[in-house]
Amino acid sequence: MILQLITSFFAAAAFCILFNAPRRALFQCGIAGMIGWVLYWELEREWGTVISTFAATVVVGVISQIFARSFKMPVIIFSVGGIIPMVPGGLAYDAMRNFVESDNNQAIQYGVQALLLSGAIAAGLVLSEVLGQMFRRRTG
Amino acid sequence: MESPSTFSNTSAHDITDLCLLAGKIMLQSGAETYRVEDTMSRMAAALGFPGAHSYVTPTVIMFTTSRTEPVKLFRIAERTTDLQKVSEVNDISRRLSERQLTMAEARERLGQVDDAAHAYPAWMQIAAAAVTGACFTVMFKGSLWDALPALFVSGLGFAVAGYLHRLVQIRFFAEFTASFLIGLSAFFSVKYGIGREMDKIIIGSVMPLVPGLLITNAVRDLMAGHLVSGLSKGADAFLTAFAIGTGIGLVLSIL
Repeated sequence: MILQLITSFFAAAAFCILFNAPRRALFQCGIAGMIGWVLYWELEREWGTVISTFAATVVVGVISQIFARSFKMPVIIFSVGGIIPMVPGGLAYDAMRNFVESDNNQAIQYGVQALLLSGAIAAGLVLSEVLGQMFRRRTG
Repeated sequence: MESPSTFSNTSAHDITDLCLLAGKIMLQSGAETYRVEDTMSRMAAALGFPGAHSYVTPTVIMFTTSRTEPVKLFRIAERTTDLQKVSEVNDISRRLSERQLTMAEARERLGQVDDAAHAYPAWMQIAAAAVTGACFTVMFKGSLWDALPALFVSGLGFAVAGYLHRLVQIRFFAEFTASFLIGLSAFFSVKYGIGREMDKIIIGSVMPLVPGLLITNAVRDLMAGHLVSGLSKGADAFLTAFAIGTGIGLVLSIL
């Protein structure tokens, strides 16, 4: 568990270096990624991958909006860092590898799962944006 | 501080150029297409053209300030992910809307952003890719013994992909070769007892190359109603995943 905390923090922060995030945002990106991944990790056993990815993404989106407001940077910097550990890049690779090895059934399974997960992430981000807008309207 | 009336004196041609420059930087830096359209429309509105129209796909921007003006087109060939540039353009467009910047200042700032290089030097990016690979190996339930070879293998893969991409300009080839090398070095690290599970080393090491974010952005574009962008980004992601899968698959089938 502690190992997962540490690795997800560094994975998210290091990925943000590849995406050229501003230096002063790296720490917050790592935190967002860590929270998202640990939440996913805990929920996954009970709810399965898709729903836990969705839930974790909503939380990441809300955290990114809080970070964006308090550090005066666009939301996208933190939300990208936050979703990076959950994004189904590995699944897409798995799907293609199985296609290449002509194990088509397995490949389609991975592919469909990658599609569902990216849909869950996109929907989670949209939901968190809506939540943020509602909150802002009430306070502002 | 300029009043809105001064803005409308400047020609529509200049305003179109300014908005196109902002859109070009954002699109090249990997912003979602709806965000690019939104930013360009806001900038045009701030400069006195509330009825601006734009059509953005991952490869092209079409933009016009009003019905009577000609439509301008800009072709985008290279796309990377550069959050710094996205956030800077966002900032400039916001300050332009709040009239904290004049049009000339905005153009100068955008020019600087456009010319700026990647903020992190190449060795740091490779080191970051290496750390990412090692961390993902552990996150995908690999052991710490596999993280060490993954550190080197992913750094190597990322460096090769970057170098080859600059050399031949064909992304498929660069990604294919890099993942082939990743597979090969993962195989040998397991064979000589440095790592244990080849699968975990490979999947961690390809993470800096795989198009996870691209797939998610594609779905987001589709949800925002940008069907053409969503589908073309999806095709782009498919091709990248295919290149990586083929590279690794080749290693697994010949060894």
